Amino acid sequence: MWDVLQFEFMRNALIAGVLVSISCGIIGSLIVVNRIVFISGGIAHAAYGGIGLAFFMGFSPYLGAALFALVVSMIIGIISSKMKYRADTIVGVLWAVGMAIGIIFVDMTPGYTVDLMSFLFGSILAVPRSDILFMVPLDILILLTILIFYKEFIAISYDDEFAFIVGIPVKFFYFVLMGMTALSVVMIIRVVGLILVIALLTIPPYIAEKYTRSLGEMMFVSCLLSVIFTVTGLWLSYKYDLTSGATIILVAGAAFFFSQILDMIRKTGY
Amino acid sequence: MNPPAIEMKDVCFSYEDIIVLEDVTFSLKQGDFLGIIGPNGSGKTTLLKLLIGLLKPEKGEIRVLGETPHDAKHRIGYVPQNVGINTSFPISVFDIALMGRLSRSRIGKRFNQKDRSKVETMLKEVGMWSYAQTPIGKLSGGQRQRVFIARALVTNPEILFLDEPTANVDPEFETDLFEFLRDLNKTVTIVVITHDIGVLSSHVKSIACVNRNLIFHEGGKVTPEMMKMAYPCPVDLIAHGIPHRVLSSHVEK
Repeated sequence: MWDVLQFEFMRNALIAGVLVSISCGIIGSLIVVNRIVFISGGIAHAAYGGIGLAFFMGFSPYLGAALFALVVSMIIGIISSKMKYRADTIVGVLWAVGMAIGIIFVDMTPGYTVDLMSFLFGSILAVPRSDILFMVPLDILILLTILIFYKEFIAISYDDEFAFIVGIPVKFFYFVLMGMTALSVVMIIRVVGLILVIALLTIPPYIAEKYTRSLGEMMFVSCLLSVIFTVTGLWLSYKYDLTSGATIILVAGAAFFFSQILDMIRKTGY
Repeated sequence: MNPPAIEMKDVCFSYEDIIVLEDVTFSLKQGDFLGIIGPNGSGKTTLLKLLIGLLKPEKGEIRVLGETPHDAKHRIGYVPQNVGINTSFPISVFDIALMGRLSRSRIGKRFNQKDRSKVETMLKEVGMWSYAQTPIGKLSGGQRQRVFIARALVTNPEILFLDEPTANVDPEFETDLFEFLRDLNKTVTIVVITHDIGVLSSHVKSIACVNRNLIFHEGGKVTPEMMKMAYPCPVDLIAHGIPHRVLSSHVEK
């Protein structure tokens, strides 16, 4: 299996997989414990609006996705602090409207329309070196933010009311979390596509949560699981000539069901 | 002279169009032990959230230890009602109690030995030190409640608010808790919401009954008008000697 590494695209894919797994494990853990999975899905799909806009205006689609994802995440941040009990509805609206904007922009773009499938289902095998150079600083930014504000993130995630009382600027950290989610989502779109983002963000942390005793451990194990899923999926997709994004998600899905079954067996006492 | 622990003047609060609290005025002196009773949905938790600054009043003034709730936040301890949420969160008893050492001025800095020894002291105080490394999800309701009390005490509060600390715990814990609180009350003002009048009247110094309005009784007696306000069904009051005991008769519908 090592011979595949002689191809540069395969080496890039592997590096991209690992880099994405790092942000995925960290941000995914925060998403799961904060129960904002739906929000992360909304951001991912709304980002498609930015991809469409980028095609229409002729700039990098990932820059467009990042812009849209950031704007939408901030809107969601404002809404969820202002009208907590309607936030999910608004997220649903942004989710659909963002996608619709993207499709209309692509319609309006003259000439040959690019392969949209790569944005919907990812294209890890086509990751150029330049994208990797963009992922590294993002990972560093996320890692540093979590390392410095680790105890504050635990507090706002576990009990935001208590965090507020002891003087933590809960809203500020919530916006930081939203922003980091947006940037991670754009990275993950590259690997598994925007439709499958939620799976890669949530499955590793969900499994990790059951076997870990702290948020930090959960993040670390999630990163490891995420690396295992991406690398295994990548290898399988290469070997059997399958869509890489979908294969990665199916590997993660298989692990998810396996851990569920293990859980059931453990609970019923064999 | 010490400012009052709590001062509320003409406080009103509503969620959208529903009025929850109306013209609440009362004052509580420092060192008091206040029990707040009232039926479900009567605004008890809202009252508490106003006092700790989580909610802002529509009208009226609130002072806690002579300051606005926002400014007094760091002098307040708070034990929330729903300690049963988030039980799958991977966190140990020790790390939860450690949250009490967070503060605005120390954002981004590591916890130190002083923080850890303070947590150790308080976990020992509530009898949970031997569970320090246990995940919070593995504990019973009463044990979790103790951990949250320890977390509140770690903040060195001058006034401690507890929201239904005895909901979903065994009666034994209830008695233990109120005895513990009575000891603590020697140095800390305590405000506790409860629906159990029985245990309350033999431990607290003052009682307030909330049902949109608030009736305050210094001296810890449940008055017939409180009972009428709190419970729409007929209730017998039996109160003789100290401690005052109040037993409600069982009314068949």
